[in-house]
Amino acid sequence: MLRGLRQPFRTGVLILVWGWLLALVLAPNLLVIGASFLTRDPGTFLSLPVTLENYRNLLDPLYLEVFLHSLYMASVTTLVCLLIGYPFAWALSRVAKDRQLLLIFLLIVPFWTNSLVRTYALKLLMATNGLINTWLMELGLIDEPLRMLYTEGAVIVGLVYLLLPFMILPLYSVFEDLKQELLLASHDLGAGRLSTFIHVIVPLTLPGVLAGVMLVLLPAMGLFFVPDILGGSRNLLVGNVIKNQFLDARNWPFGAAASIVLTLTMAFLMFAHRLSKRRIGEEGA
Amino acid sequence: MTRWLPRTYLTLVYILLYVPILVLVVFSFNESRTGYAWGGLSLRWYEALFSNRAMVNAMWNSLWLALSAATVSTVIGALTALALHRYRFRGKKLLNGMLFVVMMSPEIVLAISLLALFLLVGLQLGYVSLLLAHVTFCLPFVVITVMARLSGFDESLPEAARDLGASDFTMTRTVLIPVIMPALLAGWLLGFTLSLDDVVVSTFVSGPSYEILPLRIYSMVRVGLKPEVNALGTLLLVFSLVMLMLSQWILIRSKR
Repeated sequence: MLRGLRQPFRTGVLILVWGWLLALVLAPNLLVIGASFLTRDPGTFLSLPVTLENYRNLLDPLYLEVFLHSLYMASVTTLVCLLIGYPFAWALSRVAKDRQLLLIFLLIVPFWTNSLVRTYALKLLMATNGLINTWLMELGLIDEPLRMLYTEGAVIVGLVYLLLPFMILPLYSVFEDLKQELLLASHDLGAGRLSTFIHVIVPLTLPGVLAGVMLVLLPAMGLFFVPDILGGSRNLLVGNVIKNQFLDARNWPFGAAASIVLTLTMAFLMFAHRLSKRRIGEEGA
Repeated sequence: MTRWLPRTYLTLVYILLYVPILVLVVFSFNESRTGYAWGGLSLRWYEALFSNRAMVNAMWNSLWLALSAATVSTVIGALTALALHRYRFRGKKLLNGMLFVVMMSPEIVLAISLLALFLLVGLQLGYVSLLLAHVTFCLPFVVITVMARLSGFDESLPEAARDLGASDFTMTRTVLIPVIMPALLAGWLLGFTLSLDDVVVSTFVSGPSYEILPLRIYSMVRVGLKPEVNALGTLLLVFSLVMLMLSQWILIRSKR
Protein backbone atom coordinates (compact mmCIF):
# COMPACT_ATOMS: atom_id res chain seq x y z
CA MET A 1 0.00 0.00 0.00
CA LEU A 2 2.64 2.51 1.08
CA ARG A 3 4.81 1.54 -1.79
CA GLY A 4 1.96 2.19 -4.20
CA LEU A 5 1.53 5.66 -2.79
CA ARG A 6 5.08 6.68 -3.20
CA GLN A 7 5.56 5.14 -6.61
CA PRO A 8 4.20 8.07 -8.70
CA PHE A 9 6.65 10.56 -7.18
CA ARG A 10 9.58 8.24 -7.70
CA THR A 11 8.52 7.46 -11.26
CA GLY A 12 8.04 11.13 -12.07
CA VAL A 13 11.47 12.09 -10.73
CA LEU A 14 13.23 9.29 -12.56
CA ILE A 15 11.48 10.07 -15.86
CA LEU A 16 12.38 13.76 -15.61
CA VAL A 17 16.02 13.12 -14.73
CA TRP A 18 16.57 10.37 -17.26
CA GLY A 19 14.67 12.26 -19.94
CA TRP A 20 16.78 15.36 -19.55
CA LEU A 21 20.12 13.57 -19.50
CA LEU A 22 19.33 11.17 -22.32
CA ALA A 23 17.97 13.92 -24.57
CA LEU A 24 20.53 16.61 -23.83
CA VAL A 25 23.68 14.67 -22.94
CA LEU A 26 23.66 11.18 -24.38
CA ALA A 27 21.83 11.88 -27.66
CA PRO A 28 23.90 14.94 -28.63
CA ASN A 29 27.15 13.15 -27.82
CA LEU A 30 26.17 10.12 -29.90
CA LEU A 31 25.19 12.54 -32.64
CA VAL A 32 28.65 14.07 -32.66
CA ILE A 33 30.29 10.65 -32.73
CA GLY A 34 28.04 9.67 -35.62
CA ALA A 35 28.61 12.94 -37.45
CA SER A 36 32.37 12.49 -37.35
CA PHE A 37 32.01 9.42 -39.58
CA LEU A 38 29.64 11.02 -42.10
CA THR A 39 30.13 13.22 -45.13
CA ARG A 40 29.68 16.95 -45.28
CA ASP A 41 26.54 18.22 -46.91
CA PRO A 42 25.82 21.91 -47.52
CA GLY A 43 22.04 21.49 -47.24
CA THR A 44 21.34 19.00 -44.48
CA PHE A 45 24.75 19.35 -42.75
CA LEU A 46 25.30 15.58 -42.84
CA SER A 47 24.96 12.86 -45.42
CA LEU A 48 26.15 9.38 -46.26
CA PRO A 49 28.49 7.63 -47.07
CA VAL A 50 30.14 6.61 -43.87
CA THR A 51 33.80 7.54 -44.04
CA LEU A 52 37.03 7.97 -42.12
CA GLU A 53 37.87 10.95 -44.31
CA ASN A 54 37.32 13.49 -41.51
CA TYR A 55 39.89 11.87 -39.27
CA ARG A 56 42.29 11.62 -42.19
CA ASN A 57 41.77 15.32 -42.87
CA LEU A 58 42.93 16.08 -39.36
CA LEU A 59 46.33 14.87 -40.49
CA ASP A 60 46.38 17.40 -43.31
CA PRO A 61 49.56 19.48 -42.78
CA LEU A 62 47.53 22.70 -42.52
CA TYR A 63 45.38 21.43 -39.65
CA LEU A 64 48.09 19.28 -38.13
CA GLU A 65 50.16 22.41 -37.74
CA VAL A 66 47.29 24.22 -35.98
CA PHE A 67 46.74 21.20 -33.73
CA LEU A 68 50.39 20.89 -32.81
CA HIS A 69 50.72 24.62 -32.21
CA SER A 70 47.59 24.54 -30.07
CA LEU A 71 48.89 21.55 -28.14
CA TYR A 72 52.20 23.34 -27.69
CA MET A 73 50.56 26.50 -26.35
CA ALA A 74 48.29 24.45 -24.09
CA SER A 75 51.27 22.47 -22.77
CA VAL A 76 53.27 25.60 -22.02
CA THR A 77 50.18 27.06 -20.31
CA THR A 78 49.82 23.93 -18.21
CA LEU A 79 53.50 23.91 -17.30
CA VAL A 80 53.45 27.58 -16.29
CA CYS A 81 50.29 26.99 -14.23
CA LEU A 82 51.99 24.04 -12.54
CA LEU A 83 55.17 25.99 -11.82
CA ILE A 84 53.21 28.86 -10.32
CA GLY A 85 50.50 26.74 -8.74
CA TYR A 86 52.52 24.00 -7.02
CA PRO A 87 54.47 26.23 -4.63
CA PHE A 88 51.39 28.41 -4.29
CA ALA A 89 49.19 25.52 -3.17
CA TRP A 90 51.92 24.33 -0.83
CA ALA A 91 52.30 27.73 0.76
CA LEU A 92 48.53 28.11 0.97
CA SER A 93 48.12 24.82 2.82
CA ARG A 94 50.61 26.03 5.44
CA VAL A 95 48.74 29.24 6.24
CA ALA A 96 46.69 29.40 9.45
CA LYS A 97 43.29 27.75 8.94
CA ASP A 98 41.13 30.82 9.54
CA ARG A 99 43.06 32.78 6.94
CA GLN A 100 42.96 29.94 4.41
CA LEU A 101 39.23 30.41 3.86
CA LEU A 102 39.68 34.06 3.01
CA LEU A 103 42.62 33.32 0.70
CA ILE A 104 40.67 30.66 -1.17
CA PHE A 105 37.77 33.03 -1.48
CA LEU A 106 40.14 35.61 -2.98
CA LEU A 107 41.36 32.95 -5.40
CA ILE A 108 37.90 32.12 -6.70
CA VAL A 109 36.60 35.67 -6.96
CA PRO A 110 38.40 36.40 -10.24
CA PHE A 111 37.27 33.09 -11.63
CA TRP A 112 33.68 33.95 -10.98
CA THR A 113 34.16 37.13 -12.96
CA ASN A 114 33.27 37.07 -16.61
CA SER A 115 36.23 35.49 -18.39
CA LEU A 116 35.79 37.68 -21.47
CA VAL A 117 36.03 40.77 -19.34
CA ARG A 118 39.18 39.45 -17.68
CA THR A 119 40.74 38.66 -21.05
CA TYR A 120 39.85 42.16 -22.17
CA ALA A 121 41.51 43.57 -19.05
CA LEU A 122 44.74 41.88 -20.16
CA LYS A 123 44.38 43.53 -23.54
CA LEU A 124 44.11 46.87 -21.78
CA LEU A 125 47.46 46.17 -20.14
CA MET A 126 49.30 44.66 -23.09
CA ALA A 127 48.24 46.86 -26.02
CA THR A 128 50.96 48.75 -27.94
CA ASN A 129 49.91 52.02 -26.34
CA GLY A 130 48.54 50.13 -23.32
CA LEU A 131 49.38 50.57 -19.69
CA ILE A 132 52.47 48.36 -19.41
CA ASN A 133 54.12 50.09 -22.35
CA THR A 134 53.12 53.52 -21.08
CA TRP A 135 54.53 52.83 -17.63
CA LEU A 136 57.74 51.29 -18.91
CA MET A 137 58.33 54.25 -21.21
CA GLU A 138 57.61 56.76 -18.47
CA LEU A 139 60.12 54.98 -16.26
CA GLY A 140 62.59 55.23 -19.13
CA LEU A 141 63.15 51.48 -19.26
CA ILE A 142 62.23 51.23 -22.93
CA ASP A 143 62.23 53.76 -25.76
CA GLU A 144 59.78 52.05 -28.04
CA PRO A 145 56.62 50.22 -27.08
CA LEU A 146 57.05 46.46 -26.83
CA ARG A 147 54.87 44.38 -29.10
CA MET A 148 53.02 42.14 -26.66
CA LEU A 149 49.56 41.79 -28.12
CA TYR A 150 48.85 39.36 -30.97
CA THR A 151 51.73 37.08 -30.07
CA GLU A 152 51.95 33.50 -28.88
CA GLY A 153 53.05 34.85 -25.51
CA ALA A 154 49.90 36.95 -25.17
CA VAL A 155 47.70 33.88 -25.72
CA ILE A 156 49.66 31.89 -23.15
CA VAL A 157 49.47 34.73 -20.61
CA GLY A 158 45.71 34.93 -21.21
CA LEU A 159 45.23 31.18 -20.78
CA VAL A 160 47.35 31.05 -17.63
CA TYR A 161 45.44 33.98 -16.19
CA LEU A 162 42.10 32.32 -16.80
CA LEU A 163 43.05 28.77 -15.81
CA LEU A 164 45.45 29.15 -12.86
CA PRO A 165 42.76 28.57 -10.16
CA PHE A 166 41.88 25.23 -11.80
CA MET A 167 45.47 24.09 -11.22
CA ILE A 168 45.74 25.48 -7.71
CA LEU A 169 42.54 24.06 -6.23
CA PRO A 170 43.21 20.32 -6.80
CA LEU A 171 46.83 20.81 -5.73
CA TYR A 172 45.70 22.60 -2.60
CA SER A 173 43.45 19.70 -1.71
CA VAL A 174 46.27 17.13 -1.96
CA PHE A 175 48.58 19.34 0.08
CA GLU A 176 45.81 19.63 2.65
CA ASP A 177 45.72 15.84 2.95
CA LEU A 178 49.47 15.48 3.11
CA LYS A 179 50.20 14.22 6.57
CA GLN A 180 52.85 16.11 8.48
CA GLU A 181 53.88 12.88 10.23
CA LEU A 182 55.02 11.41 6.92
CA LEU A 183 57.34 14.34 6.37
CA LEU A 184 58.65 14.05 9.93
CA ALA A 185 59.09 10.30 9.50
CA SER A 186 61.04 10.87 6.32
CA HIS A 187 63.18 13.41 8.14
CA ASP A 188 63.72 11.03 11.09
CA LEU A 189 64.79 8.30 8.72
CA GLY A 190 67.56 10.60 7.65
CA ALA A 191 66.20 11.91 4.39
CA GLY A 192 67.21 15.44 3.48
CA ARG A 193 64.84 18.10 2.21
CA LEU A 194 65.43 17.25 -1.43
CA SER A 195 65.12 13.54 -0.88
CA THR A 196 61.88 13.98 1.10
CA PHE A 197 60.54 16.16 -1.67
CA ILE A 198 61.37 13.67 -4.42
CA HIS A 199 60.42 10.46 -2.61
CA VAL A 200 57.53 11.55 -0.40
CA ILE A 201 55.96 14.84 -1.44
CA VAL A 202 56.02 14.45 -5.21
CA PRO A 203 54.49 10.96 -5.35
CA LEU A 204 51.81 11.87 -2.81
CA THR A 205 50.78 15.03 -4.62
CA LEU A 206 50.84 13.40 -8.06
CA PRO A 207 47.06 12.85 -8.26
CA GLY A 208 46.59 16.56 -7.61
CA VAL A 209 49.10 17.40 -10.31
CA LEU A 210 47.30 15.18 -12.80
CA ALA A 211 43.89 16.55 -11.85
CA GLY A 212 45.23 20.06 -12.30
CA VAL A 213 46.81 19.17 -15.65
CA MET A 214 43.49 17.73 -16.76
CA LEU A 215 41.56 20.82 -15.73
CA VAL A 216 44.00 23.16 -17.45
CA LEU A 217 45.27 21.37 -20.55
CA LEU A 218 41.89 20.68 -22.14
CA PRO A 219 40.25 24.07 -21.67
CA ALA A 220 43.54 25.57 -22.84
CA MET A 221 42.86 23.96 -26.22
CA GLY A 222 39.22 24.98 -26.33
CA LEU A 223 38.95 28.59 -25.13
CA PHE A 224 38.65 30.08 -28.60
CA PHE A 225 37.95 33.62 -27.43
CA VAL A 226 41.41 34.04 -25.91
CA PRO A 227 43.27 33.95 -29.25
CA ASP A 228 40.43 35.94 -30.81
CA ILE A 229 41.04 38.76 -28.37
CA LEU A 230 44.76 38.50 -27.65
CA GLY A 231 46.41 36.33 -30.25
CA GLY A 232 45.58 37.43 -33.76
CA SER A 233 45.02 34.97 -36.58
CA ARG A 234 48.29 33.07 -36.30
CA ASN A 235 47.86 31.63 -32.81
CA LEU A 236 44.75 29.53 -33.15
CA LEU A 237 43.57 26.87 -30.74
CA VAL A 238 41.80 23.61 -31.54
CA GLY A 239 38.71 25.40 -30.21
CA ASN A 240 38.99 28.00 -32.97
CA VAL A 241 39.20 25.26 -35.60
CA ILE A 242 36.12 23.50 -34.22
CA LYS A 243 34.23 26.77 -33.99
CA ASN A 244 35.13 27.78 -37.54
CA GLN A 245 34.17 24.39 -38.92
CA PHE A 246 30.82 24.43 -37.19
CA LEU A 247 29.76 28.06 -37.45
CA ASP A 248 31.53 29.42 -40.53
CA ALA A 249 32.60 26.61 -42.87
CA ARG A 250 29.55 24.51 -41.92
CA ASN A 251 31.65 21.37 -42.12
CA TRP A 252 30.12 19.44 -39.23
CA PRO A 253 31.80 16.09 -39.78
CA PHE A 254 35.25 17.62 -39.64
CA GLY A 255 34.41 19.77 -36.60
CA ALA A 256 32.97 16.68 -34.92
CA ALA A 257 36.10 14.64 -35.62
CA ALA A 258 38.25 17.41 -34.14
CA SER A 259 36.15 17.55 -30.99
CA ILE A 260 36.29 13.77 -30.60
CA VAL A 261 40.06 13.85 -30.68
CA LEU A 262 39.84 16.48 -27.92
CA THR A 263 37.49 14.27 -25.90
CA LEU A 264 39.75 11.24 -26.32
CA THR A 265 42.66 13.27 -25.00
CA MET A 266 40.54 14.03 -21.96
CA ALA A 267 39.60 10.38 -21.50
CA PHE A 268 43.26 9.40 -21.66
CA LEU A 269 44.21 11.96 -19.02
CA MET A 270 41.40 10.83 -16.74
CA PHE A 271 42.55 7.26 -17.09
CA ALA A 272 46.09 8.26 -16.10
CA HIS A 273 44.69 10.18 -13.15
CA ARG A 274 42.74 7.17 -11.90
CA LEU A 275 45.73 4.92 -12.30
CA SER A 276 47.98 7.21 -10.27
CA LYS A 277 45.37 7.47 -7.52
CA ARG A 278 44.96 3.73 -7.32
CA ARG A 279 48.72 3.22 -7.16
CA ILE A 280 48.99 5.56 -4.22
CA GLY A 281 46.07 3.79 -2.56
CA GLU A 282 47.87 0.46 -2.91
CA GLU A 283 51.07 1.78 -1.45
CA GLY A 284 49.03 2.58 1.63
CA ALA A 285 50.04 6.16 2.16
CA MET B 1 62.04 27.35 6.30
CA THR B 2 61.75 31.07 6.83
CA ARG B 3 58.19 32.29 7.09
CA TRP B 4 58.40 35.37 4.92
CA LEU B 5 59.23 33.53 1.70
CA PRO B 6 55.92 31.65 1.24
CA ARG B 7 54.01 34.73 2.33
CA THR B 8 55.77 36.98 -0.15
CA TYR B 9 55.12 34.44 -2.86
CA LEU B 10 51.40 34.20 -2.08
CA THR B 11 51.11 37.98 -2.02
CA LEU B 12 52.90 38.28 -5.34
CA VAL B 13 50.58 35.83 -7.09
CA TYR B 14 47.52 37.54 -5.64
CA ILE B 15 48.81 40.89 -6.89
CA LEU B 16 49.23 39.44 -10.39
CA LEU B 17 45.72 38.01 -10.27
CA TYR B 18 44.15 41.26 -9.19
CA VAL B 19 46.12 43.93 -11.09
CA PRO B 20 44.21 43.48 -14.37
CA ILE B 21 40.87 43.58 -12.56
CA LEU B 22 41.81 46.66 -10.56
CA VAL B 23 43.03 48.42 -13.69
CA LEU B 24 39.72 47.65 -15.36
CA VAL B 25 37.74 49.02 -12.43
CA VAL B 26 39.85 52.17 -12.12
CA PHE B 27 39.69 52.90 -15.84
CA SER B 28 35.94 52.46 -15.93
CA PHE B 29 35.81 55.81 -14.12
CA ASN B 30 38.22 57.46 -16.54
CA GLU B 31 37.06 60.56 -18.39
CA SER B 32 39.53 60.14 -21.26
CA ARG B 33 38.45 58.33 -24.39
CA THR B 34 41.82 56.73 -25.18
CA GLY B 35 41.64 54.36 -22.25
CA TYR B 36 45.37 54.52 -21.52
CA ALA B 37 45.85 57.95 -20.06
CA TRP B 38 44.07 59.19 -16.99
CA GLY B 39 41.77 62.10 -17.84
CA GLY B 40 39.97 62.65 -14.59
CA LEU B 41 37.08 61.02 -12.76
CA SER B 42 33.88 60.48 -14.70
CA LEU B 43 30.84 58.29 -14.99
CA ARG B 44 30.47 58.87 -18.74
CA TRP B 45 31.04 55.21 -19.69
CA TYR B 46 28.34 54.07 -17.33
CA GLU B 47 26.02 56.63 -18.91
CA ALA B 48 27.02 55.45 -22.38
CA LEU B 49 26.28 51.90 -21.31
CA PHE B 50 22.79 52.59 -20.07
CA SER B 51 21.83 54.85 -22.95
CA ASN B 52 22.65 52.07 -25.41
CA ARG B 53 19.33 50.35 -26.01
CA ALA B 54 20.76 47.16 -27.50
CA MET B 55 23.11 46.86 -24.52
CA VAL B 56 20.38 47.33 -21.94
CA ASN B 57 18.27 44.83 -23.84
CA ALA B 58 21.09 42.29 -23.79
CA MET B 59 21.50 42.86 -20.04
CA TRP B 60 17.84 42.06 -19.39
CA ASN B 61 18.00 39.03 -21.66
CA SER B 62 21.06 37.72 -19.83
CA LEU B 63 19.53 38.35 -16.45
CA TRP B 64 16.31 36.59 -17.37
CA LEU B 65 18.18 33.67 -18.89
CA ALA B 66 20.38 33.30 -15.79
CA LEU B 67 17.36 33.48 -13.47
CA SER B 68 15.42 30.86 -15.36
CA ALA B 69 18.40 28.57 -16.02
CA ALA B 70 19.41 28.68 -12.34
CA THR B 71 15.87 27.93 -11.21
CA VAL B 72 15.24 25.04 -13.61
CA SER B 73 18.65 23.50 -12.97
CA THR B 74 18.17 23.76 -9.21
CA VAL B 75 14.84 21.93 -9.41
CA ILE B 76 16.08 19.19 -11.72
CA GLY B 77 19.47 19.00 -10.02
CA ALA B 78 17.90 18.62 -6.58
CA LEU B 79 15.57 15.88 -7.82
CA THR B 80 18.51 14.12 -9.46
CA ALA B 81 20.49 14.27 -6.24
CA LEU B 82 17.52 12.92 -4.28
CA ALA B 83 17.07 10.09 -6.77
CA LEU B 84 20.77 9.20 -6.64
CA HIS B 85 20.78 9.39 -2.87
CA ARG B 86 17.55 7.58 -2.03
CA TYR B 87 16.53 5.33 -4.85
CA ARG B 88 17.94 2.16 -6.20
CA PHE B 89 17.38 1.88 -9.89
CA ARG B 90 18.95 0.42 -12.94
CA GLY B 91 21.47 2.50 -14.82
CA LYS B 92 22.53 4.57 -11.83
CA LYS B 93 26.12 4.32 -12.99
CA LEU B 94 25.17 5.58 -16.43
CA LEU B 95 23.35 8.53 -14.85
CA ASN B 96 26.37 9.37 -12.74
CA GLY B 97 28.60 8.92 -15.76
CA MET B 98 26.58 11.35 -17.85
CA LEU B 99 26.75 14.01 -15.15
CA PHE B 100 30.49 13.46 -14.89
CA VAL B 101 30.89 13.77 -18.65
CA VAL B 102 29.01 17.09 -18.67
CA MET B 103 31.22 18.44 -15.94
CA MET B 104 34.54 17.24 -17.28
CA SER B 105 34.23 17.50 -21.02
CA PRO B 106 35.55 20.68 -22.61
CA GLU B 107 32.81 23.27 -22.94
CA ILE B 108 33.26 23.42 -26.66
CA VAL B 109 32.43 19.72 -27.03
CA LEU B 110 29.17 20.21 -25.14
CA ALA B 111 28.48 23.29 -27.25
CA ILE B 112 28.79 21.63 -30.63
CA SER B 113 26.87 18.52 -29.55
CA LEU B 114 23.93 20.68 -28.43
CA LEU B 115 24.07 22.82 -31.55
CA ALA B 116 23.97 19.70 -33.70
CA LEU B 117 20.99 18.38 -31.76
CA PHE B 118 19.03 21.65 -31.90
CA LEU B 119 19.56 22.10 -35.62
CA LEU B 120 18.68 18.50 -36.43
CA VAL B 121 15.43 18.54 -34.49
CA GLY B 122 14.64 21.95 -36.00
CA LEU B 123 14.62 23.96 -32.78
CA GLN B 124 14.99 27.65 -33.53
CA LEU B 125 18.07 29.06 -31.82
CA GLY B 126 17.09 31.61 -29.20
CA TYR B 127 15.87 31.70 -25.64
CA VAL B 128 14.73 28.06 -25.49
CA SER B 129 17.94 26.61 -26.91
CA LEU B 130 20.00 28.80 -24.56
CA LEU B 131 17.90 27.72 -21.60
CA LEU B 132 18.22 24.00 -22.39
CA ALA B 133 21.98 24.34 -22.84
CA HIS B 134 22.55 26.42 -19.71
CA VAL B 135 20.45 24.12 -17.53
CA THR B 136 22.45 21.17 -18.85
CA PHE B 137 25.85 22.57 -17.94
CA CYS B 138 24.67 23.89 -14.56
CA LEU B 139 23.06 20.60 -13.59
CA PRO B 140 26.10 18.61 -12.34
CA PHE B 141 27.18 21.49 -10.10
CA VAL B 142 23.79 21.61 -8.42
CA VAL B 143 23.75 17.81 -8.06
CA ILE B 144 27.17 17.83 -6.37
CA THR B 145 26.24 20.65 -4.01
CA VAL B 146 23.00 18.93 -2.95
CA MET B 147 24.60 15.47 -2.71
CA ALA B 148 27.26 16.83 -0.39
CA ARG B 149 24.54 18.12 1.89
CA LEU B 150 22.53 14.89 1.75
CA SER B 151 25.48 12.65 2.52
CA GLY B 152 26.09 14.32 5.85
CA PHE B 153 22.47 13.94 6.86
CA ASP B 154 20.90 11.73 9.50
CA GLU B 155 19.12 8.89 7.70
CA SER B 156 16.78 8.19 10.59
CA LEU B 157 14.70 11.32 9.90
CA PRO B 158 13.22 10.24 6.57
CA GLU B 159 12.75 6.75 7.98
CA ALA B 160 10.83 8.19 10.92
CA ALA B 161 8.66 10.22 8.55
CA ARG B 162 8.03 7.10 6.52
CA ASP B 163 7.10 5.11 9.64
CA LEU B 164 4.64 7.81 10.62
CA GLY B 165 2.90 7.18 7.32
CA ALA B 166 4.19 10.07 5.19
CA SER B 167 4.25 9.45 1.46
CA ASP B 168 7.51 9.94 -0.38
CA PHE B 169 6.33 13.27 -1.70
CA THR B 170 5.23 14.51 1.73
CA MET B 171 8.43 13.28 3.32
CA THR B 172 10.49 15.07 0.65
CA ARG B 173 8.55 18.27 1.13
CA THR B 174 8.53 18.33 4.92
CA VAL B 175 11.83 16.68 5.83
CA LEU B 176 14.31 16.65 2.98
CA ILE B 177 13.71 20.05 1.40
CA PRO B 178 14.24 22.00 4.64
CA VAL B 179 17.46 20.04 5.21
CA ILE B 180 18.87 20.70 1.76
CA MET B 181 17.66 24.31 1.58
CA PRO B 182 21.12 25.87 2.04
CA ALA B 183 22.51 23.61 -0.69
CA LEU B 184 19.62 24.57 -2.95
CA LEU B 185 20.33 28.26 -2.45
CA ALA B 186 24.06 27.79 -2.99
CA GLY B 187 23.42 25.67 -6.08
CA TRP B 188 21.03 28.27 -7.44
CA LEU B 189 23.56 31.05 -7.01
CA LEU B 190 26.24 28.89 -8.60
CA GLY B 191 24.01 28.19 -11.59
CA PHE B 192 23.11 31.86 -11.88
CA THR B 193 26.76 32.90 -12.02
CA LEU B 194 27.76 30.11 -14.40
CA SER B 195 24.96 31.05 -16.76
CA LEU B 196 25.72 34.75 -16.63
CA ASP B 197 29.42 34.21 -17.40
CA ASP B 198 29.18 31.56 -20.08
CA VAL B 199 30.68 32.46 -23.43
CA VAL B 200 31.63 29.24 -25.17
CA VAL B 201 28.32 27.37 -25.12
CA SER B 202 26.26 30.52 -25.72
CA THR B 203 28.29 31.41 -28.81
CA PHE B 204 27.04 28.23 -30.43
CA VAL B 205 23.43 27.94 -29.32
CA SER B 206 22.20 31.53 -29.43
CA GLY B 207 20.41 33.08 -32.35
CA PRO B 208 19.84 36.65 -33.51
CA SER B 209 16.41 36.73 -31.84
CA TYR B 210 17.85 36.69 -28.33
CA GLU B 211 21.08 38.60 -27.81
CA ILE B 212 22.81 38.09 -24.46
CA LEU B 213 25.50 40.05 -22.69
CA PRO B 214 28.61 37.87 -23.10
CA LEU B 215 28.08 37.71 -26.85
CA ARG B 216 27.61 41.46 -27.03
CA ILE B 217 30.85 41.92 -25.06
CA TYR B 218 32.56 39.43 -27.35
CA SER B 219 31.70 41.37 -30.47
CA MET B 220 32.87 44.56 -28.76
CA VAL B 221 36.26 43.40 -27.53
CA ARG B 222 37.38 41.52 -30.61
CA VAL B 223 38.50 44.73 -32.27
CA GLY B 224 40.27 47.45 -30.35
CA LEU B 225 39.52 48.75 -26.90
CA LYS B 226 36.10 49.94 -25.86
CA PRO B 227 35.90 51.99 -22.64
CA GLU B 228 32.26 50.94 -22.16
CA VAL B 229 33.50 47.40 -21.60
CA ASN B 230 35.42 48.63 -18.53
CA ALA B 231 32.21 49.94 -17.03
CA LEU B 232 30.28 46.81 -17.93
CA GLY B 233 33.04 44.58 -16.57
CA THR B 234 33.05 46.50 -13.29
CA LEU B 235 29.30 46.05 -12.94
CA LEU B 236 29.58 42.32 -13.65
CA LEU B 237 32.43 42.01 -11.17
CA VAL B 238 30.44 43.65 -8.39
CA PHE B 239 27.45 41.51 -9.26
CA SER B 240 29.42 38.22 -9.19
CA LEU B 241 31.12 39.26 -5.98
CA VAL B 242 27.80 39.84 -4.25
CA MET B 243 26.46 36.50 -5.51
CA LEU B 244 29.57 34.62 -4.43
CA MET B 245 29.61 36.19 -0.99
CA LEU B 246 25.94 35.39 -0.58
CA SER B 247 26.43 31.72 -1.47
CA GLN B 248 29.48 31.38 0.81
CA TRP B 249 27.59 33.06 3.62
CA ILE B 250 24.67 30.67 3.22
CA LEU B 251 26.94 27.62 3.18
CA ILE B 252 29.03 28.71 6.16
CA ARG B 253 25.99 29.73 8.20
CA SER B 254 24.25 26.43 7.53
CA LYS B 255 27.22 24.47 8.85
CA ARG B 256 26.91 26.03 12.28
